[in-house]
Amino acid sequence: MRLRNAWVGWTAAAALAASVVACGGGSKDTSAEPGGAASGGEKVDTATAGEVKGSVAVDGTVPKNDAIKMNADPVCVRENTTPQFQETYEVGSDGKALANVFVYVKDGLGNYSYDAPTDKPTIDQKNCRYHPHVFGMRVGQPLEIVNSDPTLHNIHAMPKANQEFNNGQPIQGMKMTHTFTAKEIMVPFKCDVHSWMNAYVGVLDHPYFAVSDKDGKFDIKTLPPGAYTIEAWHEKLGTATQQVTIGPKETKEITFTFKAPAGPTPTN
Amino acid sequence: MLHKYCRLVVASTVLLILAGSFVTSTDSGLSVPDWPTTYGWNMFTFPPSKMVGGIFYEHGHRLIASTVGLMTIVLAAWLWMTDSRRWLKWFGVAALGAIVAQGLLGGLTVLFLLPPAVSTAHAALAEIFFCMTVAIALFMSPGWIDGYTAVGADDVRLRQLTTATTVVLYTQMLIGATMRHVGAGLAIPDFPWMFGHVVPDHWSPAIAIHFAHRLGALIATLSILATSIYIWMRHADRPELARPATLIIFLVGAQLMLGAITVLSRRDIWINSFHVVCGALVLTTALVIALRSWRVKFANAASVVGIAA
Repeated sequence: MRLRNAWVGWTAAAALAASVVACGGGSKDTSAEPGGAASGGEKVDTATAGEVKGSVAVDGTVPKNDAIKMNADPVCVRENTTPQFQETYEVGSDGKALANVFVYVKDGLGNYSYDAPTDKPTIDQKNCRYHPHVFGMRVGQPLEIVNSDPTLHNIHAMPKANQEFNNGQPIQGMKMTHTFTAKEIMVPFKCDVHSWMNAYVGVLDHPYFAVSDKDGKFDIKTLPPGAYTIEAWHEKLGTATQQVTIGPKETKEITFTFKAPAGPTPTN
Repeated sequence: MLHKYCRLVVASTVLLILAGSFVTSTDSGLSVPDWPTTYGWNMFTFPPSKMVGGIFYEHGHRLIASTVGLMTIVLAAWLWMTDSRRWLKWFGVAALGAIVAQGLLGGLTVLFLLPPAVSTAHAALAEIFFCMTVAIALFMSPGWIDGYTAVGADDVRLRQLTTATTVVLYTQMLIGATMRHVGAGLAIPDFPWMFGHVVPDHWSPAIAIHFAHRLGALIATLSILATSIYIWMRHADRPELARPATLIIFLVGAQLMLGAITVLSRRDIWINSFHVVCGALVLTTALVIALRSWRVKFANAASVVGIAA
């Protein structure tokens, strides 16, 4: 995509020069459109809704997470007194459970309408890391972006289906909101000031998603009876899908197992 | 005095290109999201203590660029006031226009989140501006003004060869800049082979651009060799040609090594950045040779006022 853009034309530079004067350039916080509720569909009957829960595991030994050197920013060094590592592979104490896997209903939902989400997902830049590292939210739901650090951060989202944005938060306590307008698995975030900082958000037009916890567990609730494709996404190990059919009030348990990439070094 | 100042501008521009290449090599281009301000501060009042991480490279690049811009204003004004060559006065103004346009392109590429076309244009104009400063320094040099020793000996073939080599090198730089800004620097991950073959066994747009840069390196090297050999054989008695003809051989050798190590080191920041700077030095050395081969076509500059001082 970037490559194609390169050939779109040198004339684009001139056009951009004109447009920046008119528009001011850069991305702005989009105003939060309330809801994220699909319109026109039937409501999910919570009395008959079921549940899909389960766990995510990794088969084999995953590579050791990369160590992070924060000496590019003295504030980050001061805020982190222990050795820091990337969160690429968050494996439980049993050596199998895999955290930070985004699990969601990929296909099979009918024409339902969903209540507008009441919670406000937040991504916090704290101790020069993103919290959380992987999370989900709804289309049209405002995302609160917070800088809790006494140093500067820029938050740079690099989606493909949504609008890319890059905003600075130079002062501790600064907040902003951004609303994604299209579903997308996954939108990566990075901080160009602190190159080790990265996070991912899954943006969906329905509420059926979860992120595996430190024990690899996830739980997708109030799912209407039906046949679904459930997908699990991991930032390095890719995706895995399973078909599941649930009846009224039924709870189905499934397990996703990712194959560890080749690598002799043990995880942290 | 003005000649010395021109050389200072050239040296500052080398530093500016190095700073710019560090911005790209460290992927820091968007570490300062706003422009012309820096996180809301006036660029010149941004606290140095906050120049951390990628901001160090991006904001540092902006400060150096601003300094070179101010130096170019002085250069253009100085030329306008003291030099009698009308074309050179306007050439100084053109250099000022180039650095202003360069600053705007730099701002645009930040505000529009590094579109490859704009970033590549920024890199391409950087080389043009560098060439202009080198050319001005050359035009102000005592050797140029005196017409060199063998100014009467015009050599059409030499002019054609040196001009073609300069064009080849600029084209090669354009391909390299495109490769850099579309992220194709490791599209072919091995060296000297390409996916274990002499020619890649599979293709994508990124691989094609990377391959074009390697092919361009071969053509550029052959062009330089042809130029240098021609000069050594036909104009060995002209030091203004023979010396840069030798220098450029060493520079292109270093450039080829830096390019190879850039791939083998998985784009080491320092190697990658010096590859950009060395490429600019190869280009401008070829430009100096070309301009000196064209010197005979310029009017006698001996009567220029106050330039040899």
